[in-house]
Amino acid sequence: MTLLATRQLESYYGDFQVLFGVDFDIAAGEVVALIGANGAGKSTFLKTICGVLGARRDAVTLEGQPVGGLPPVEIVRRGIAMVPEGRRLFSSLSAEENLLMGACARREGPWTLDAIYRLFPLLAEKRRAPAATLSGGQQQMVAIGRALMSNPRLLLCDELSLGLAPIVVKQIYDALPAICDGGMTAVIVEQDVATAQRVSSRLYCLQEGRVTLTGASRVLTREQISQAYFGV
Amino acid sequence: MVGTLSWISTIVQGVLLGGLYALFAMSQSLIFGVMRLTNTAHGDFIILAAFAVFSVAVAIGLPPAAAPWLALILMLPIAFGAGYGLQRLVLNRVVGRDPLPSLVVTFGLAIVIENLLQEIYTADPRSIESGGLNVASLSIAAGLSIGTLPLLTFAIAVGIAAGMQWLSGRTALGRAFRAVSDDRDAAQLMGLDHRHVYALATGIAFMLVAIAGALHGLKTTFAPADGPALLLYGFEAVIIGGMGSFYGTLLGGIILGVTQVIGFRFDPGWGIWLGHIVFLGMLLLRPTGFFAKTR
Repeated sequence: MTLLATRQLESYYGDFQVLFGVDFDIAAGEVVALIGANGAGKSTFLKTICGVLGARRDAVTLEGQPVGGLPPVEIVRRGIAMVPEGRRLFSSLSAEENLLMGACARREGPWTLDAIYRLFPLLAEKRRAPAATLSGGQQQMVAIGRALMSNPRLLLCDELSLGLAPIVVKQIYDALPAICDGGMTAVIVEQDVATAQRVSSRLYCLQEGRVTLTGASRVLTREQISQAYFGV
Repeated sequence: MVGTLSWISTIVQGVLLGGLYALFAMSQSLIFGVMRLTNTAHGDFIILAAFAVFSVAVAIGLPPAAAPWLALILMLPIAFGAGYGLQRLVLNRVVGRDPLPSLVVTFGLAIVIENLLQEIYTADPRSIESGGLNVASLSIAAGLSIGTLPLLTFAIAVGIAAGMQWLSGRTALGRAFRAVSDDRDAAQLMGLDHRHVYALATGIAFMLVAIAGALHGLKTTFAPADGPALLLYGFEAVIIGGMGSFYGTLLGGIILGVTQVIGFRFDPGWGIWLGHIVFLGMLLLRPTGFFAKTR
């Protein structure tokens, strides 16, 4: 059953067009990756779904309901949560307070503070630490936990590996199966193609705001992806 | 011995005066901490509150020992509503990275309020009848007595500083204030409606303004044009203490009060001036204040 779909999605920063008619589908329980070079429009795509950028009402549908262009507050209430690019933690709040902020939308579900601490035991020790003093990996765990606290149906992860050491990236992505076990649907935006292929069942490749390739992650070859990624 | 005692008395007076200045500044500290908004009409809102409490106290008709306090309690929910409404309808449109729109809009508000008060009340100074409270004093040691109203004002200021610190650090609303202040867009992604959060902050700030206005009006006379001076004292207290920290604002008010009273001791013309000198010194040497939490 399709959870989220976009049809001919366009997105603009002011007059500057970034997305040119993107078609995208994700079914409940799937993990779909979105890859592409810098500036391809991956983050813009996520921001448009989240309501940060405007869109035509019918360009984005959630379980069939048109939700394009609704304000972020509304989107979160309907069960879409974003782990923003670069974490965007609240620097004057502690780790635990950041997690609590995720629960503002007051949606019911399995993700409570205790559940987050079971998922990321490292955070339990650091719960009272100011967010700004956490390491990159710990901050990423808090950012993911914060998004999970709103008990979303769809989790949008924007460049989880950004600025993190490879071993830390592996730690983060190792937690993904545990997150998705309960039926969570996730869109993973990644610059690291190998990781994206490994953690997802399907992937889309964006190049200059257009979908240039889509298919099952394990089936697509290096050549196909290179062509779609760079457009050569 | 007499010299020392009189100096102690001066300092104590200054500390208690600082409590009133801290009260003026608490609401500024809150609003600037949450939304980086500078309200040029702040002092005028305090005077407006003083006039409102004055009118309501007169209308209630109870003896002066009780009337102003009842009037203040009645005013608190009205103040909250006025602050919430003003933020949602007017000020939310000018909150943003550029400080100029908010300065200009609130400057316009200041002019409107001053002239409105002048129309309704004339330029005559008023005072809220306190039933003798404004001249009552307590004797706390041999030869040392302090005013009851200043002591009460100081106690209220400390209580409010503690209360605001508790609100900020230990409640969901305080978390929301800090989150929205850190990163408004990320807060939206969490499902926080920043327009509502900002309006709640202004609503609470206006309740603090009402308390400050009532205590000011009980202590001294006030007139429609008095607003800008109060804005300045509040602003100085916030800068000296550091923005975003309520205990810092309390300390800033105390430092300002003590400075002014020491200045007055030397010459009646020097009190306010010495306060300004200390404020300017602070801006030069430590612009973020003693306890700044907000950059």
